[in-house]
Amino acid sequence: MGEITPKSVYMNRRRFLSAVAGLAVARAAFAARLTGAKSPYSTSEPQTSLNDVTHYNNFYEFGTDKTQPADLAKNFKTVPWTVSVEGEAGKRQVYSLDEILKLAPLEERIYRHRCVEGWSIVVPWIGFPLSALIRRAEPTSKAHFVAFESYYDPRQMPQGKYAGIQLPYVEGLRIDEALHPLAILAVGMYGETLPNQDGAPIRLVVPWKYGFKSIKSVVKIRLVEKQPPTTWNIANAHEYGFYSNVNPEVDHPRWSQATERRLGEFFKRKTLMFNGYGKDVAQLYAGMDLRKYY
Amino acid sequence: MADGYMRTAKVVIFALCLAPLGLLLWRGTHNGLGANPIEFITHATGDWTLRFLVLTLAVTPVRKLLGRPQLVRFRRMLGLFAFFYGCLHLVTYVWLDKFFDVAAMLEDVAKRRFITVGFTAFVLLVPLALTSTAGWIRRLGGRRWQALHRLIYVSAVAAVVHYYWLVKSDVRLPVFYGAVVGMLLLWRAINRRQAPPVRTTQPAPAGSRG
Repeated sequence: MGEITPKSVYMNRRRFLSAVAGLAVARAAFAARLTGAKSPYSTSEPQTSLNDVTHYNNFYEFGTDKTQPADLAKNFKTVPWTVSVEGEAGKRQVYSLDEILKLAPLEERIYRHRCVEGWSIVVPWIGFPLSALIRRAEPTSKAHFVAFESYYDPRQMPQGKYAGIQLPYVEGLRIDEALHPLAILAVGMYGETLPNQDGAPIRLVVPWKYGFKSIKSVVKIRLVEKQPPTTWNIANAHEYGFYSNVNPEVDHPRWSQATERRLGEFFKRKTLMFNGYGKDVAQLYAGMDLRKYY
Repeated sequence: MADGYMRTAKVVIFALCLAPLGLLLWRGTHNGLGANPIEFITHATGDWTLRFLVLTLAVTPVRKLLGRPQLVRFRRMLGLFAFFYGCLHLVTYVWLDKFFDVAAMLEDVAKRRFITVGFTAFVLLVPLALTSTAGWIRRLGGRRWQALHRLIYVSAVAAVVHYYWLVKSDVRLPVFYGAVVGMLLLWRAINRRQAPPVRTTQPAPAGSRG
């Protein structure tokens, strides 16, 4: 259904160029076109400009200023890339990016993305449901959670040591959250492969949670029995919980979560429960005290 | 220092003090405020408030170390610019962040400690701005004026704490400013007995000195 062709073509083209030129090609320069099938999960709200989404990034490995990653991630080497699926799984495997792209047809998911800081965007992601990868891994009966890990290389990410958070960046979901159709692994946005500063070449997108849970540049997906550690919870447990569902009724200790600034808009908007995805995900938390499990 | 020279110097310094605002306005009209312009303006005005507080506090140590007492003549201007940028920072918050929602702002000041301390830092500058003229030095008397204007120490510390309490994890800049303010206050603590008396009259015109 989705056209994947350009990706393998461009990757071969790169290898050819490297071999011929004999030098390191600027990896970040290439962006291949991607298309994904339309999805009923997409919103019809106006999309944030590509310029904004690629120049306003929290990717602390590449600097803590929001305009730094666009600059400092330019030479981030995302080819070759592997994602290791490990843990409580019948089929543990190390996938290349090409192999991951064969797991499921690509879809376009236009999602609202709400940062814990109080701003939000609308991004046309291109990816596939995380559940396709999880099911392929055959989770055992002990697989209650999914843990994720980001790539970390101090040589490519010299700013990382000033981030104030432990690296490599780690995140986690409960298994039912990970299997929910809304949760995707994104490999592209705006009709192209992911720009480096947006979490190339593959990242998680969980739109009903605060953006920091949508871990970038994923290298490990591990099925585990116990709730895994998550980077922002380690940095400040009082402020960043494991669930971090978007919730206007539960304030961040230092600021209110009742409103948000949609980038590009002058006035602020009321924040929606579960970022407006309540009708799809509220049942996952039935009976849970979301003030306690923030 | 000749009067004409001082006047020119003051005009130049005044223009330099306005440059950060000028740059912001230029960016605003040339799409240079980034993806979240109101956040950019809030941070920029906050940064300059803190920088001018530091500059103001630096006047006394610098003039002593360089043996240039006349540098004190720039201190009021620098202090008032700290207040000016503080006002811009506050207006940005009140108008562009809160849209004059008084209930929301009162809740912020009460519940969010970084706002409590930031608001305190601003409020402490108000009496200083209002009593910044020579007339007020006369009215209050040099000693009381000097005591009142020591509030800038509290304001500067509150501003640093405001900054430290608002960052998510990268504390480098707030810690740096804290160190600078700390050193400027430490210098004063060490050099207290040598503090020059506060002038209540205008200095004698140039030429009447040696």
